[in-house]
Amino acid sequence: MSEGTLYDKVWDRHKVTELPNGQDQLFVGLHLVHEVTSPQAFGMLRERELDVAYPDRTFATTDHIAPTEAEKRERPLADDQAEEMLSALERNVGESGITFFGFESGKQGITHVVAPELGLSQPGMTVACGDSHTATHGAFGSIGVGIGTSQIRDVLATGCIAADKQQVRRVNVEGELGEGVYAKDVILKVIQDLGVDGGVGHVYEYGGPAIEALDMEGRLAVCNMSIEGGARAGYINPDETTYEYLRGREYVPEGEAFEERKAYWESVASDEDAEYDDVVTVDADGLDPLVTWGINPGQVIEISEPVPHPDDFTARTDREAAEQALDHMEIDPGQSMLGYDVDVAFLGTCTNGRLSDFREAAKILEDNTVDEGVRALAVPGSETVRQQCEERGIDEVFINAGFQWRRAGCSMCLAMNDDALEGDEVCASSSNRNFVGRQGSKDGRTVLMSPAMVAAAAVEGEVADAREHADDGPTGGAGGVEEVAD
Amino acid sequence: MPAIDSTEDQHITGVSGTGVPIPGDDVDTDQILPAKFMKEVTFDNMADYLFYDARRDDDGAFNDHPLNRFEGASIAVVNSNFGCGSSREHAPQAMMRWGIDGVVGESYAEIFRDNCKSLGIPAVTTDHETVVRLQEWIEENPNGDIEVDVEGETVTYGDTTIDVDVDDAMREALVEGIWDTTALMYSNRSKVDETVAGLPYVEGDD
Repeated sequence: MSEGTLYDKVWDRHKVTELPNGQDQLFVGLHLVHEVTSPQAFGMLRERELDVAYPDRTFATTDHIAPTEAEKRERPLADDQAEEMLSALERNVGESGITFFGFESGKQGITHVVAPELGLSQPGMTVACGDSHTATHGAFGSIGVGIGTSQIRDVLATGCIAADKQQVRRVNVEGELGEGVYAKDVILKVIQDLGVDGGVGHVYEYGGPAIEALDMEGRLAVCNMSIEGGARAGYINPDETTYEYLRGREYVPEGEAFEERKAYWESVASDEDAEYDDVVTVDADGLDPLVTWGINPGQVIEISEPVPHPDDFTARTDREAAEQALDHMEIDPGQSMLGYDVDVAFLGTCTNGRLSDFREAAKILEDNTVDEGVRALAVPGSETVRQQCEERGIDEVFINAGFQWRRAGCSMCLAMNDDALEGDEVCASSSNRNFVGRQGSKDGRTVLMSPAMVAAAAVEGEVADAREHADDGPTGGAGGVEEVAD
Repeated sequence: MPAIDSTEDQHITGVSGTGVPIPGDDVDTDQILPAKFMKEVTFDNMADYLFYDARRDDDGAFNDHPLNRFEGASIAVVNSNFGCGSSREHAPQAMMRWGIDGVVGESYAEIFRDNCKSLGIPAVTTDHETVVRLQEWIEENPNGDIEVDVEGETVTYGDTTIDVDVDDAMREALVEGIWDTTALMYSNRSKVDETVAGLPYVEGDD
């Protein structure tokens, strides 16, 4: 069993008691709520005549069904079901006294983008949300877990979840990332190495030089996709990068109170002699940008590599999965993903919908034009990100290049709104899942990649190496987009 | 006192019925319950959407998907990493409402298994070869009964009884009838207050 890790310390601090079923009752320090997985839980609460136990520790926004076209946000929403979901959320949070970041707040967006940027997610917390990408918040050194609706009911009613303690695997990512290689590439590499179910029974503690060198937005992208590797949570120990990110944010204390809070944050970091259940090393040195070629996030290659042959895999399950993937993606082993035709370019999501993501993509789009055959969507992860981009003129770079500049939401990551793939369209996507049917069409094809690679694919109309576009602009590609300090 | 459900009569020592094989590794919750059908504020209609894209042809008519061929089945037999991806409880809710009372498989994604536990659906595991044999047996014996003994950790079909694994917490919860975790945890409110008192961020000045 692990000992002295952040996971152990945060678990112990939040453990209420051991339950008769052998699980631990854990207090949830931050409960994030959205419109899709919560109405049934509020319904169950009402059936039992229970109140929300900790409304002050609960925050809600709307993301999955949020229309991303400005004119479609008028109420009532044109989509009756979406309106019903949003109205239910508004009613539920209103009755419970839960803070809600709705369309009018200027802070609406994807839960996993909104909570970090407001300073709600902090080191040493337990974070729960009815969404598997709650692992994102582990970037701060918290334990973020995705839960089902019955567990949302638990958290609403008791402020707690019943949980099984997992094993802790330390994932050391060695090396230095080259120009044009990002956090997204790192996590795709980790999932490729460890497998889509390699993390089952574990949480991942990411560390090592390639992780420590990442800024907070990169760390959020890495932790976000922990679930794609089967890990229940993923986290990074808090350090100066973390503290500097948090300083001055809306829900973070100031002055002396900040220093006191920081002492708690520092106290939960893994000890130098912490014991792990498992330690693995992933080599990110000299990594090329990665793209998926298949139908799960572990089916990924460096852009310089050919699509593998099913026989390249030793495990039967991997071989069969490869055969299915080749069939769905309509590609052949040995083929390069470079030149794979793209119909849609999608930039956004809880993985890659932050300011730095749009800034890196803008470097590619400056003085370039989206290929005429490509439908290109830029969807900021939150209204705050949208404003940050617009203050810096990043929106104009996207619009001038031929992207549609949208309002915040989950958009076509899972297509619960008006944004979806049609037929067998191929989407170059900054999202986290390339599952069959994920983007709204059962024949649709998703190629996961970093934001810069999405921008390059939009310009070329096919999967391309973003690094070859990096120097296109008259100012070294950066254009005017970096002139405003963050 | 709020109307917390009694945990009596929730003991699930075993489930039985005919089987349905749902072959494939890494079957994700987007396949089990496509996101487009989550735009309802109740789980009431979820059975209609179970494996929707896989079960229907381009005209919306049922195809030869196992769920169409084995209607009335109550034990799903699946392969490895079943239920990966999204945390949506809509997926096991859809299975339960379609008629699935228990799942036998090689392995499950954590959240999916937790969701099954919350719903009182035993999700037991065994090795690949055993799962495949059971899937083949169901194909040959569509009306054959399968008994999942949660307490004894066995599955019996035809003349065969196999050992299976049931996660400790799941077995304890189901057999003891304590899978209603809201009721369990609600009784510990004073202890929660003690835990909260030790957390600097909860009642801080921010």
